[in-house]
Amino acid sequence: MTAIIALSLLGILNLFLGFWLSRKTIQAATLLFLAGSMALTAMDWNHEMLWYGHMFHTTNTSISFSLIIQLAAFMVVSFSKGFGIDEEHTHPAEYYAILLFSVVGAILMVSFDHLIMFFVGLEILSVAMYVLTGSDKRNLRSNEAALKYFLMGSFATGILLFGITLVYGATRSFYLVNIAQAIANTPPESTPVFLSIGVLLILVGFLFKISAAPFHFWTPDVYEGAPTIFTMFMSTVVKAASFAALYQLLSGPFGTMYGTWVYPIYYISMLTLLVGNITAVYQQSAKRMLAYSSISHAGYMLLTVSANQASTPSTILYYSLSYTLATIVAFGVVMLVAEYQTGRTEKPENFSSFEGLAKQNPGLAFCFTIALLSLAGIPLTAGFWGKFFVFSDIFNRHVYYPVILAIVMSAVGVYYYFKGIIAIYFKEGDIERIELPGLVKFAMWACTLGTLLLGVYPSIVKNLF
Amino acid sequence: MYLLFILLFPLLIGSALLIFKPKNAFAISLAASIIELAATAFVLQEASLNPVSFSAPWVAEAGLSFSLYVDGISGVLIGLCALLVPFIVATTANTDRANNSQFQGLMLAMQTALMGAFLAKDAFLFYFFFEASLLPIYFLAAIYGGENKNAITFKFFVYTLFGSLFFLIALVYVYLQTPGEFHSADMEVLYQTAKGLSADQQGYLFAAFFLAFAIKMPVFPFHTWQPDTYTVAPAQGTMLLSGIMLKMGTYGVIRLVLPMFPLGVATWGLTASILSVIGVIYGSIIAIQQKDAKRLLAYSSFAHVGLMSAGILSGSIEGIQGALYQMLSHGINIIGLFFVIEIIERRTKSREIAQLGGITQFSYPLTVTFVILSLGSVALPLTNGFIGEFLLLKSVFDQNLTLGIIAGITIILGAVYTLRLIQKSMFGNVSRITADFADLTFAEKAVLIPLSALVILGGIFPSTVLGFSEPAVQQLIQWFK
Repeated sequence: MTAIIALSLLGILNLFLGFWLSRKTIQAATLLFLAGSMALTAMDWNHEMLWYGHMFHTTNTSISFSLIIQLAAFMVVSFSKGFGIDEEHTHPAEYYAILLFSVVGAILMVSFDHLIMFFVGLEILSVAMYVLTGSDKRNLRSNEAALKYFLMGSFATGILLFGITLVYGATRSFYLVNIAQAIANTPPESTPVFLSIGVLLILVGFLFKISAAPFHFWTPDVYEGAPTIFTMFMSTVVKAASFAALYQLLSGPFGTMYGTWVYPIYYISMLTLLVGNITAVYQQSAKRMLAYSSISHAGYMLLTVSANQASTPSTILYYSLSYTLATIVAFGVVMLVAEYQTGRTEKPENFSSFEGLAKQNPGLAFCFTIALLSLAGIPLTAGFWGKFFVFSDIFNRHVYYPVILAIVMSAVGVYYYFKGIIAIYFKEGDIERIELPGLVKFAMWACTLGTLLLGVYPSIVKNLF
Repeated sequence: MYLLFILLFPLLIGSALLIFKPKNAFAISLAASIIELAATAFVLQEASLNPVSFSAPWVAEAGLSFSLYVDGISGVLIGLCALLVPFIVATTANTDRANNSQFQGLMLAMQTALMGAFLAKDAFLFYFFFEASLLPIYFLAAIYGGENKNAITFKFFVYTLFGSLFFLIALVYVYLQTPGEFHSADMEVLYQTAKGLSADQQGYLFAAFFLAFAIKMPVFPFHTWQPDTYTVAPAQGTMLLSGIMLKMGTYGVIRLVLPMFPLGVATWGLTASILSVIGVIYGSIIAIQQKDAKRLLAYSSFAHVGLMSAGILSGSIEGIQGALYQMLSHGINIIGLFFVIEIIERRTKSREIAQLGGITQFSYPLTVTFVILSLGSVALPLTNGFIGEFLLLKSVFDQNLTLGIIAGITIILGAVYTLRLIQKSMFGNVSRITADFADLTFAEKAVLIPLSALVILGGIFPSTVLGFSEPAVQQLIQWFK
């Protein structure tokens, strides 16, 4: 809890640091701030508490998600080196400050006990993301992405807010506990129709945020247009926070309305899996492929949410963590290779620009391979267990068709992730040794070893609660 | 603890090779694989008295444990794996792969994955290694492979992975039916649980399991990845694939499919047997027409494994015992044969059967060992191939006479393509490219002569192995009845 206060203050402090300190020092300071806030967050472990007039609830689940979010932010900051934007126009202090603020928003989203608190968290996170997407202001694509994201995002937020209003109208409360009680106390036949509509509208808002099909159209453009470092942040933090929030809403207050929301989720998750995976196959750009892969992972995670089992929160947690670790490395390598090649005529994020990476950069190639294998869900990596837990959760509900589809789609996934592996190992190219700053190296190896460790011994996370 | 050692030792040395890249990788790798063989022999010695096991918690909250187990069945397979790897490592001697630490490291990593699949008592652990073994072999084949390697190895990877995913899902299904809050994936518990499922459910589950194993073996019509992959992979990769890795498929059918789904086998077993026998005949006929010697062996391997699969699916003691024995013999014979082709290719730069001839005039030892290994593969009496093939054919005959007769043709067809290969390459006129064929080096003899000796020893003393595996097979059959 103290973490969000600390992060907000440190964010402001960060803005002022920009006057005096160099970019490198600010980066170090931001890392220090995040490490501190992680420690503060972890201190609440096993102290379940309600704050701010019962609007903010720290539980072990919410703390775990907060930690994942801060860990992701930590890794992203470690990777940030000029943000992939030309030095002259960057204002690093601002970006670091915005990152810290958005982490606050994300933490609110995973710890809310009140719909307004949730909405505030979502908006803090979203507005920060709109700004960061457009941060490469001389780049047309970045501008386009920011505008697109902003327009679509605001629209989705509106729908979400409308849903919240309807739910409030039906239950006369914003508190999750009271909503749950109100729904439970009303006999099914006298439940107002607009309650269901409200729930579905909230769901639509969420589906937009997690880029589930058919609300995914903004994702590839925004992910591709945004500077890679912020794409990395978007695809990990926003996703983890949104899924945690979605699960908390659906399993908590709307848990008794299982029948209302579960079928839309089934169909949407199937559609998302199909669209995400099949479109990813046709991508020439690694960055765009990763964008579609993030859509497809949303499909797997939606399946877990729909299972709504006792083990579901730990599955979402595990999946988010494994996805986060792998995605950070994958985008990180894309960013490094693209940076190395700026100035070339071909699009630097295409698979073809990775060719021959392994020859001079075996470490980079190894990390990228592990990340892609994990995203593909191959054993020995964390991604395998993520999929395994998802499938076993959903199987417990005796639901089969979505699982079979998900299996087939995982095989399709192997196809496009391996395009990257084939390019770096088995194609000829002339990439020379890419020198990595110490922090980048650290973040990359930490994520890779984490992926392998979770792949061999998943209990460390699953045992948390 | 011994089991943990024989599981992890190759990986340990293999990753050390991959990370530190020492100069003398060959010596290290050979020494490691021999130590592994000695340790495995020790474990088998123990296991011949009583099954050896090891267990540690793994994913406790999902009921998965890291449990390893050696009985008569897995004993044969880990014996095979530990026995063949030193030979496969030795085949790299004096080539540019000998001191390539990456190549040797990947081979040792592969050994751990294979050992793990055979040692696993927890079905998920089996799946874990079953899949993990794809990674080292994929990289071996894709880095060191021949022409058009990217597309072919990729097809291999995706194809086999696709099948395994169905296996995974069926496994999860059965696993969720197991009693207890956390469930369990221990094989015995799964046997017990699966027994309670209806014939319909068992049928579907059988199909999903068998699909994965049929692709791995491969069984007709899931074999299309196999000839290309065997041909394009480097010789050692092909040896690992055909000598050991395909046995994961047959082992999986024995270990998981038969005891878990007796009703499924009753419904679908005959269909699967027919497919297997089609593979036997189809593979043999195509082998006869091959121009490339390595491809010929690939199809012969496809034909042999079809017979193993049909024998296992008959569900009789003879079938399973025969399959176990044949897995061992086939492993020994096929890596010997692939090595012979590799030797020829090294010297003549060609595998085209039509271009070869008259090698016997230059290298008598090569001819003798080649003939012995081939006769083992043809299943001549007094060779190891005979024992296994005889038992397998008997089991298929007992199950279905027509199928048995058709499968029996394999012996004739096998003789045709194998003898044709010997005749065209070893005898006849010396061709342009075989004109200055150098005799075998010491390292090559050191591989081929022991392997040939094993072919004959295996034909004379089958009871050592069959007696070792019999109690475990008897026990397994109880689940099936």
